[in-house]
Amino acid sequence: MDRLELKKMALEVRKGIIASIYSAKAGHPGGSLSAADLFTYLYFEELNIDPNDPQWEGRDRFVLSKGHTAPGLYAALAHRGFFPTEDLVTLRHVGSYLQGHPDMKCVPGVDMSTGSLGQGLSAAVGMALAAKMDKKDYRVYALCGDGEIQEGQIWEAAMFAGHRKLDNLVVIVDHNKLQIDGKVEEVCSPYPMDKKFEAFQFHTITIDGHNFDEMEAAFKEARQTKGKPTAIIANTIKGKGVSFMEDAAEWHGKAPKKEEYEVAVEDLRKEGETLCR
Amino acid sequence: MPINRKLEELPKIATREGYGNTLVELGKEDENIVVLDADLAAATKTNKFAEAFPDRHINCGIAEANMAGIAAGLAASGKTPFISSFAMFVSGRAYEQIRNSIGYPGLNVKIGASHAGISVGEDGATHQCNEDIALMRSIPGMMIVNPSDDIEARAAVRAAYAHKGPVYLRFGRLAVPVFNDREDYHFELGKGIVLREGKDATVFATGLCVVEALYAADMLAEAGIDVELINIHTIKPLDTELVCDSAAKTGRVFTIEEHSIIGGLGSAVCETLSERQPVKVTRIGMNDVYGESGPAVELLHKFGLDAEGIFKKIKETLEID
Repeated sequence: MDRLELKKMALEVRKGIIASIYSAKAGHPGGSLSAADLFTYLYFEELNIDPNDPQWEGRDRFVLSKGHTAPGLYAALAHRGFFPTEDLVTLRHVGSYLQGHPDMKCVPGVDMSTGSLGQGLSAAVGMALAAKMDKKDYRVYALCGDGEIQEGQIWEAAMFAGHRKLDNLVVIVDHNKLQIDGKVEEVCSPYPMDKKFEAFQFHTITIDGHNFDEMEAAFKEARQTKGKPTAIIANTIKGKGVSFMEDAAEWHGKAPKKEEYEVAVEDLRKEGETLCR
Repeated sequence: MPINRKLEELPKIATREGYGNTLVELGKEDENIVVLDADLAAATKTNKFAEAFPDRHINCGIAEANMAGIAAGLAASGKTPFISSFAMFVSGRAYEQIRNSIGYPGLNVKIGASHAGISVGEDGATHQCNEDIALMRSIPGMMIVNPSDDIEARAAVRAAYAHKGPVYLRFGRLAVPVFNDREDYHFELGKGIVLREGKDATVFATGLCVVEALYAADMLAEAGIDVELINIHTIKPLDTELVCDSAAKTGRVFTIEEHSIIGGLGSAVCETLSERQPVKVTRIGMNDVYGESGPAVELLHKFGLDAEGIFKKIKETLEID
């Protein structure tokens, strides 16, 4: 996909996020939107996957450790062909397979059930370890939140991954700088993030998490890095793409009301117009 | 029933030994088996597996939560992981990881919990877990097996391996008599074993309390009380048919476990009987208290979980009835 196509796809992912959360009347738009470009790049460029064979043994694995941003993951999976995009609006509805947090038992393409923060990275480490034990060349990607890394289990997993030199593992931190209760640096500062991962024997790369060129370079660098796992600190804007949600902690975990939804749809429509010019 | 009642003549082996030894056997049969530890391989007896299969033994360091999560990832990638630690740390520290990363996705992870109950001994209350069965019972789909001796521990590990899905295996530190070494012994997950038929009361026992209850049953017989003794090695799913049938037959039930009377075997039996076969039940176990330091045998005596304590409690209770 060229850059323009990726941008258009990221816009579709954002539309899916807004439509599904509005339909659910609940959900987490802020962190889904901040990671929308990452989801798009991963599922349309980076991950070696087959939507027609979601359980293919040789596939790359993706673990959404910040599981509450499932709407972003679901939108990317649907547009990639894992399930119908029409199903996105069933998010969080009784009986839907699109649970509030990812359920690997019933969502095609979801490699790990997550939602309780801090746990996904350990599972990703287990998958990377399994690949090493079986001498398989698939890679494992985990997306964590910058608030999530306040969980101690993240650092247990990081210590193990560094110790075991799991160079088939990439940890991406969606650094949108906000968590439910406010700025991460005010709630409980995780900084310096890069130095922390380096201290745990990671190779670290910092990028603009809305820039596909930087993503391409970073993932390439990660693949070329041997003997160490890689942590990519992706600087992002929470709520990216919807004017009133941008950089606003209050949009961490609530659905837009009708008039807000209409503004969001209009914002995304205008962005689409800009991209088509 | 050909059980050697001269229990003092029986060899004594801790159930954790059966865990370690059987893992080595299974490791030879299936290269997908991996064993994880949190710096307690010598105590959980998984060091034998580590020696035999160093490439398939994963020491996670002192990080039980991460160990549970790594096991989930390994299971999601086709491995059959056994995670090992003390009952306190694996069921307590890693409870939520077991619930959310293993239980909810139904991943094929086996949890080998050693040093359960007060028979941990000298280490004291911080290390004596009397709450693990209660915690694990609350997780949907979790199977819980609490073997009574080395023979049963070996059978339980094999059965847990054959079962697809999470299983909590509870082992002890203390060497206990190997009383199941007999030709007609048969282990089946979810099926209790009638060790002694009787008419005055039913005793449901689990873990190391089974052999103590066997002693106690003989003492009770001498005192003219004829109890039915049933070994409940699988606490979840409970053998509800056997529990109800025996309760209906004797009309009086005792439960015995090296675990809190809250949430363990006693609770499971009460829940079943109160719905299907109401009879009076007396739960014998840790009475909502912590343990303490001391030799295991002395602690079992102090808390009334040895044969003498069980005998006295049942006799006195039936006299009051």
